[in-house]
Amino acid sequence: MTLIQTFLRGEKGLFKAESLTPMQKLALRFVVVGLIYYGFVVFEGVIMRIYEIQPFSYVTHEQFFAILTAHPLVGIFGSTYAIVFGAFLFLVPFLMKKPLWSIKLANWTLWLTTIGTLTFWLAGFVSHYSPLYTLYWPLPADFTQFSVLGGTFFILGVALVMVGTLFFVLNIFKTITYTPEGWEKQPGCALIKSALGLTGLSNLFTRKKQEHLVSLPVAAVARGTVDMAFNAIIITFTGVLILIYMVAALFGENLQHSLIDALLYKNWFWWGLDLIADGLVLIFVAGTWYLLATLITGKKLFMENIARAALFVEMVVSWTVWSHHLMSDQAQPGILKILSGEMVTAFELITQGLAFFITLATLWSARPLKMTPPLKFLLGGLLGFALAVPAGIMQADLGLNRILHNTQWVVGPHVHVAVLVGLSMTLYSAIYFLLPILTNGAKLYSEKLANIHFWAHLIGGIGMGAFMGMAGLHGMLRRTLYFNGEFNTYMILAGLCGALLLLAFLVFFINIVMTVGLNGVIGIFSPAKIKTKDLLPKTE
Amino acid sequence: MVDSTMVLAGQTIAYTLYVIVILALMAWFAYKITRAGKESPVKPSLFYSFVALLVVIGVSLHIVTHETIPWKPLDLNRADITADAEFNIVIADHQFTLPSDKLIIKQGQLVRFNVESKDLTYGFGLFRADNSMVFQMQVLPGHKNDILWKFDRLETYSIRSTEYSGWKGINMIVRDAIDVVQ
Repeated sequence: MTLIQTFLRGEKGLFKAESLTPMQKLALRFVVVGLIYYGFVVFEGVIMRIYEIQPFSYVTHEQFFAILTAHPLVGIFGSTYAIVFGAFLFLVPFLMKKPLWSIKLANWTLWLTTIGTLTFWLAGFVSHYSPLYTLYWPLPADFTQFSVLGGTFFILGVALVMVGTLFFVLNIFKTITYTPEGWEKQPGCALIKSALGLTGLSNLFTRKKQEHLVSLPVAAVARGTVDMAFNAIIITFTGVLILIYMVAALFGENLQHSLIDALLYKNWFWWGLDLIADGLVLIFVAGTWYLLATLITGKKLFMENIARAALFVEMVVSWTVWSHHLMSDQAQPGILKILSGEMVTAFELITQGLAFFITLATLWSARPLKMTPPLKFLLGGLLGFALAVPAGIMQADLGLNRILHNTQWVVGPHVHVAVLVGLSMTLYSAIYFLLPILTNGAKLYSEKLANIHFWAHLIGGIGMGAFMGMAGLHGMLRRTLYFNGEFNTYMILAGLCGALLLLAFLVFFINIVMTVGLNGVIGIFSPAKIKTKDLLPKTE
Repeated sequence: MVDSTMVLAGQTIAYTLYVIVILALMAWFAYKITRAGKESPVKPSLFYSFVALLVVIGVSLHIVTHETIPWKPLDLNRADITADAEFNIVIADHQFTLPSDKLIIKQGQLVRFNVESKDLTYGFGLFRADNSMVFQMQVLPGHKNDILWKFDRLETYSIRSTEYSGWKGINMIVRDAIDVVQ
């Protein structure tokens, strides 16, 4: 096949979009949307990296901060949520060996999150609405700096994503518990207890042990989804509150900002927001590591019962760690700073450390393994969290937080290494692994390009985090601009690493398009020809 | 007194060493799992030792910092400590209003900064001439935001907002606002 033919029809013409089931198409659509939004995020990241070296006239300061506001939200909701939704809406029924409860609702999730992300991104791009994702009160309602209309559309966009998220939550729990047509009645209550870890908990106190009705990865998805639901409720509630101020302003009424207590607001908002960073991300990632490790090795998970218990502990920990974001808030009670901020947060070192060890031990049990792209990226993901979690534990200390809070240290070695190296490489591992399953046997166009993708992403991600961290240790703040090249050595080096990340994404994107072909990508979005609720087409 | 430069130097050394160890460990692991090895599964005792190590590290970090970083106990007990000097600072419309053009502090003094915000959430941080941070805190409207700090070095510091308060806040810097004198 010529290069052009491969570009149009995919590697060896193996991918046939018309052979896909509706569920395969759904999962692939989520992945395509997630990757497109990831492209947005990388491109925005590169713009900001250059701007941090030298602000340039094409982008105003207002626009820079609008990008800074949209960047993490597009990354989390537009990209990560989309890929996670696609993967789990496929994997939960796959592992439960029954159809998804509602494909229609899953399609609603897809389009609500896609359109919602585009809406808030566009609102920020056009109006420069930029209160950052933290939305510290009363900044989101400061209409001396921001457009009321722009802000209204921004909040509505986020609200659409949250509705889509709640549909996902409903679909996951219904899929776990419902009885498909023609099946024997499923024990819904027992299934939900097993998924949430209540069965395991009661087993600790009874002699007669009940069996686990759902597999460990499904339990991880269910527990992470609980955090996702709480998070969506808190963000929606906060959005409604901000919308009240916006609607009032649109009608010429200026509500007093002091009606809302800034510290109370910061507590509830961080409680909800932290359910992503310190909750569902860690739980979903641990579950994905376990699943990938068992699929790659074909072996049983090392210390499975402990892993199950650790997931439950992680869920409870995620409800009680928010105060590490308020360690520099002097009005925050000291007891909360110590118990929630320091002590409970330290549990994350233990729970994530357990997941790290259990995954490595499972891989170790299956030596020798072939270093395939899924395995390589899984190891990259493990490394990312091994670097980022201790960095986070350090800054969640009252003494160190006093000199690290809001510096580039927080957003470099902790946030970006966790998200770019830990989370993204885990997701890439899942994508490389699921690709042949979701495409009915399409062959990856180039292992060499997958290798370049791996190294460029790994070095770019760790390097960028490291140089940002060095700048932070020398006093460079996040969320501001420097105009006299104060930290340029670090920022230029971080910028070069950012360019590597862009290269990695482009290489991956080309590799995937050449694997399935342009016609294949378009075909993913055309209606499925096979009418079935089954996940995979029936083999002859 | 131990200052932020010294603490951050210690942190840099500790974290760099950790990064080198973890990179080496993962590289070794990635190499070894592609090679045939003895049929020896990981022993549970190794697992439980690892868990114990994590518990020790997680708890001891905070105990060590409490005993070695002087501003940590100072901060937790600041309500019961009397300061040698006190400065009341107001922030409104992205502007700092200081009690005088220059805040003069005597070397060795324990100083309390009370910072009040009239509108948004801001930050309050002191920075050296080389832009490195001495300390920072958040400044929330409607709440008491105070910090105690002991100044034992003859130095001049700038004040800067350390929290994003909209694009108007990027120039919230008062250069050379504080002088520590003998």
